[in-house]
Amino acid sequence: MRAKGSWRLPIAGIVGAALLAAGCSSSSSTVDTGGAAQKSGAGNTVKVGVLQSLSGTMAISEVAVRDSALLAIKEINASGGVLGKQVEPLVEDGESKPEVFATKSEKLITNDKVAVVFGGWTSSSRKAMKPVVEGTKSLLFYPVQYEGLEVSPNIFYTGATTNQQIIPALDYLKEKSLTKIFLVGSDYVFPRTANKEIKAYAAANGIEVLGEEYLQLGDTNVQGIVSKVLAAKPQAVFNTLNGDSNVSFFKELKAKGNTTDAIQTVSVSIAEEEVPGIGVDNLVGHLVSWNYYQTTDNPRNKAFVAAYKKEYGADKPTSDPMQSGYNSVYIWKAAVDKAGSFDVEKVKAAAAGIILETPEGTLTVDAKNHHVFKTARIGMINAQGQIDEVWSSGEPIAPDPCLDTYTWAAGLATGQARAECDRVK
Amino acid sequence: MTATLVEAPPASPPKLRSRAVVGRARSWPARVAFGVFAATLVALPGLLGDPASVRQWAEWLCYAMVAVGLDLAWGYGGMLALGQGLFFGLGAYAMGMHLSLEQVPDGALPEFMGLYSDYTELPLLWRPFSSFWFAATAAIIVPVLFAGLLGLLVFKRRIRGPFFAILTQATAVIFALVLVGNLKLTAGYNGLTGFTKVFGRSKYDPGTGTWLFTIAAAGLLVVLAVAMKVVNSRYGKLLQATRDSEDRVRFLGYDPAIVKTVAFCIAAGMAGLAGAIAAPVFGIVSPGQFDYLPSILFICWVAVGGRGTLWGAVVGAIAVNWARVTVSAARPDDWQYLQGLLFVLVLAFVPGGLAGVVRSLWFRVAAGRGAAPAAPPAATPAEVTT
Amino acid sequence: MSTLLGNLYIGLTLASIFLLVGLGLTFTFGQMGVINLAHGEFIMAGAYVPFVLQTTVFASLQGVALLVALPVAFVVAGLLGLVLERVLLRRMYDRPLDTLLVTFGVSLLLQQAAKSIFSANNKDVVTPTFLRGQWNVLGVSMTHARLFVVVLVLAALAGVWVFLNQLPAGRRMRAVMQNRDLAAVSGLPTGRVDGTTFFLGSGLAGIAGVAVALIGPIGFGTGTAYILSAFLVVIVGGFGKLRGAIIAAVVLGVLNAYVEHFTSSTIGKAAVFAFVILFLQFRPNGIVSLKTRGLTA
Repeated sequence: MRAKGSWRLPIAGIVGAALLAAGCSSSSSTVDTGGAAQKSGAGNTVKVGVLQSLSGTMAISEVAVRDSALLAIKEINASGGVLGKQVEPLVEDGESKPEVFATKSEKLITNDKVAVVFGGWTSSSRKAMKPVVEGTKSLLFYPVQYEGLEVSPNIFYTGATTNQQIIPALDYLKEKSLTKIFLVGSDYVFPRTANKEIKAYAAANGIEVLGEEYLQLGDTNVQGIVSKVLAAKPQAVFNTLNGDSNVSFFKELKAKGNTTDAIQTVSVSIAEEEVPGIGVDNLVGHLVSWNYYQTTDNPRNKAFVAAYKKEYGADKPTSDPMQSGYNSVYIWKAAVDKAGSFDVEKVKAAAAGIILETPEGTLTVDAKNHHVFKTARIGMINAQGQIDEVWSSGEPIAPDPCLDTYTWAAGLATGQARAECDRVK
Repeated sequence: MTATLVEAPPASPPKLRSRAVVGRARSWPARVAFGVFAATLVALPGLLGDPASVRQWAEWLCYAMVAVGLDLAWGYGGMLALGQGLFFGLGAYAMGMHLSLEQVPDGALPEFMGLYSDYTELPLLWRPFSSFWFAATAAIIVPVLFAGLLGLLVFKRRIRGPFFAILTQATAVIFALVLVGNLKLTAGYNGLTGFTKVFGRSKYDPGTGTWLFTIAAAGLLVVLAVAMKVVNSRYGKLLQATRDSEDRVRFLGYDPAIVKTVAFCIAAGMAGLAGAIAAPVFGIVSPGQFDYLPSILFICWVAVGGRGTLWGAVVGAIAVNWARVTVSAARPDDWQYLQGLLFVLVLAFVPGGLAGVVRSLWFRVAAGRGAAPAAPPAATPAEVTT
Repeated sequence: MSTLLGNLYIGLTLASIFLLVGLGLTFTFGQMGVINLAHGEFIMAGAYVPFVLQTTVFASLQGVALLVALPVAFVVAGLLGLVLERVLLRRMYDRPLDTLLVTFGVSLLLQQAAKSIFSANNKDVVTPTFLRGQWNVLGVSMTHARLFVVVLVLAALAGVWVFLNQLPAGRRMRAVMQNRDLAAVSGLPTGRVDGTTFFLGSGLAGIAGVAVALIGPIGFGTGTAYILSAFLVVIVGGFGKLRGAIIAAVVLGVLNAYVEHFTSSTIGKAAVFAFVILFLQFRPNGIVSLKTRGLTA
């Protein structure tokens, strides 16, 4: 007992000192970089926020998006920066918690006075930041494919919306006459909304939905669902599972002796990044739907892949969300250059209609809904863990987040969300 | 017997350390401290200056409210409640529902229902929440009722120690599962958000942050005052006695189950109030905030600050969160090392937490001057054994 | 019929995972009243072992790597547990509930360490050829990988039973578990016994890690996926009792499988937690509790 007492003070001292040191270092890092109460754009640097989950369940995916955004910033700085200023990234950890995304985005915007925030992955993180960026009239670039039915004057969506990813995948299944499908997804908003859209599409296009099952996010107890899928004997599974559940799902499917000839799957949340963790063995021949693959063939992509591997290691793959995170920075730079200012309203106005050469091809920013034109690509996972393109829409598809151009989609969004959509029609 | 084996391994004799926890201190130092704290809170927004920091502090004050309640249950009552997120969440959802309705015209559906549900009119469960007073009352009453029910069941059956801890943890898990599973009613995993208007104000007006901070500060002061009253009352003594030896309390003619349930209810009510204030402060209410992991964090804050001292709970909640935000900004990739280390070191080596350190320093100084009797009693903090 | 049987199979394989992840915890919990939240991270450590072996020493021998991984994971996780016990928990035996929070801190540290060493991405363990494929019995398809887990848990149970009942060290452990004071005055080195218990309990977590590596993800968050199930098994089963743990795992696994089959995965999970809460109303100390004349039992 007495021994314990003697420990207390030194330990308390160490803890206190560590905290103090950390506190000082953080405050100094903001002071060094261009004065405390500086407006973004003053001085020699311009601050931007990079907010991704670096801890918690989503770190698996988001760390790489942070890395690719930092790569873009580094490249831009090496070639002279934006409007002659070096870009200074302030990285924050969203901790996989939506409330932390809300808090930290507000802190970045109002305290650190960043010119723009790049970040978010889950829909919940985006929904958490949306009121913040709208309320503070600032800018957010969101880099991941999502469920659509949302527009915001202050958010640029650089990932795909449903008509650039899910609908092309359904078109592809229909074309291959895989018309008996089973829906499997994680129990959260993206899969639920996506499946609602899929069912509406299916009803209008003669596709039969044999079943619909959800797993808790991160749940690995997949046997029940896999046996339900196998019992229903679909031709294809439309898979909107996210993260860890995919690992167990594909391992179990493979162990049960399924082949892609019996049941094909189309996944919308598995990219090059996730393939090694699930096991190439378990995925060979399965389909995914994205707008970009590491194998996408153009000079801009070759440069991007080479730069990424040089920066982070030859074994690191590039994927669609990473590429969108990377593009986000370039889109912002192009808009700032065009506007000649960091002012949010001017940048927003300048961003409309920007055309940019990116790793996924020529990219155009839609003037009204702040989404981007994207080429849909169906890919098949090969034995090396890379994804080969097996089908593409040929040309960039105009983003239609509210699915206004599809008659079967009427009524998917009502009320407030519909009103937002109508505003940008 | 098994329970005793777990709760107080005979390796060390039963302890009689309840003294020096707080006891009935002379009331004037406590009042002065309270006054100083209140004055600090009043001055704080001015000192902080920028609105994001003020809002962040408002968040931490809400956490401090939860911590004070938890300290009452754990530090004073010996109940290791690992599911406080449930009560915090009930309060937050009650107010979150009201705020969601505030964003849309009267009678209209909240935004998420237009996306995820087929409702054409507001579901019954939601209707009363268009009234602010209903929401505010429900935010406190529902957690209290729930805690009362759960507490009576659990404590009457003498479920204690680790069994109680895991059981409460299970309640938080179920709560999160139910929220996620009922997308149409609760907006599922995404949660309720988009509170751009809070109680008739625009959330992102510079003044609103300070205003919310003031509400949070007032809430914390009320919670703290109530907790102090409770701790120093006869009931408070009974609660601590129950913590230290439940059987002796029973032999004296009291029902420990009732004693514990009351404290558990008070803690739940405080968490509910904190949740109701936190909803507009956060601007989002989602299941992940109330799952079992955040619930464990609540306990860790109290432990770091110093259990069994109400000030410790307040300081712990604020200090740990301040450290989290500061350190994670400076070292976003590996700040968790520091957080983990903090919990390990404090709990293993400084069980009295910050409050314990301050107290033992104080006694050392006093002993050095010869003005006080030997320090040891106070240097050994309350060690919760039930 | 085959769905009924099929779900029984699902429930039992699920139970085998519950039991494997909970078995070690039953010991550390039963003997020392320590709720070890870092137990999940010991499972994680075990899960990384076959990955490391498959990518380094046994690069072309995946089956060998997996079999070698079992003892290696046992030792790796066991040592982690031993260090935890010696350095931290030893000084906290009079504060069992604090150990829960300390081990929470430890679990944060271990997760961060895994992220630093292995990066945030999931890793994959290749299923060796002898574990691929399945058998069909009465219309129920049983995959070799899941059956391997069942075999593993049976072997672990047998080993533990032999240890506890046949070996002197095991008898000492039981003596300390049942009455620490009496064991101490009888001259048993309770400190050493505690160390052994922690080594064994944590080692079992390592083996569980190898098993779950075959069927699920391997990453820094692997532990969090299993820790709650482990707790439920221990709480429902009672302290340090094999019989209790087995019954608990089977009941929870089968309940989960059937409820999930007739409703949804989310409700299946919620049902398990609700069942545990209700169950504790009737058996506040688990299925099997030591009968004593103690006042507070």
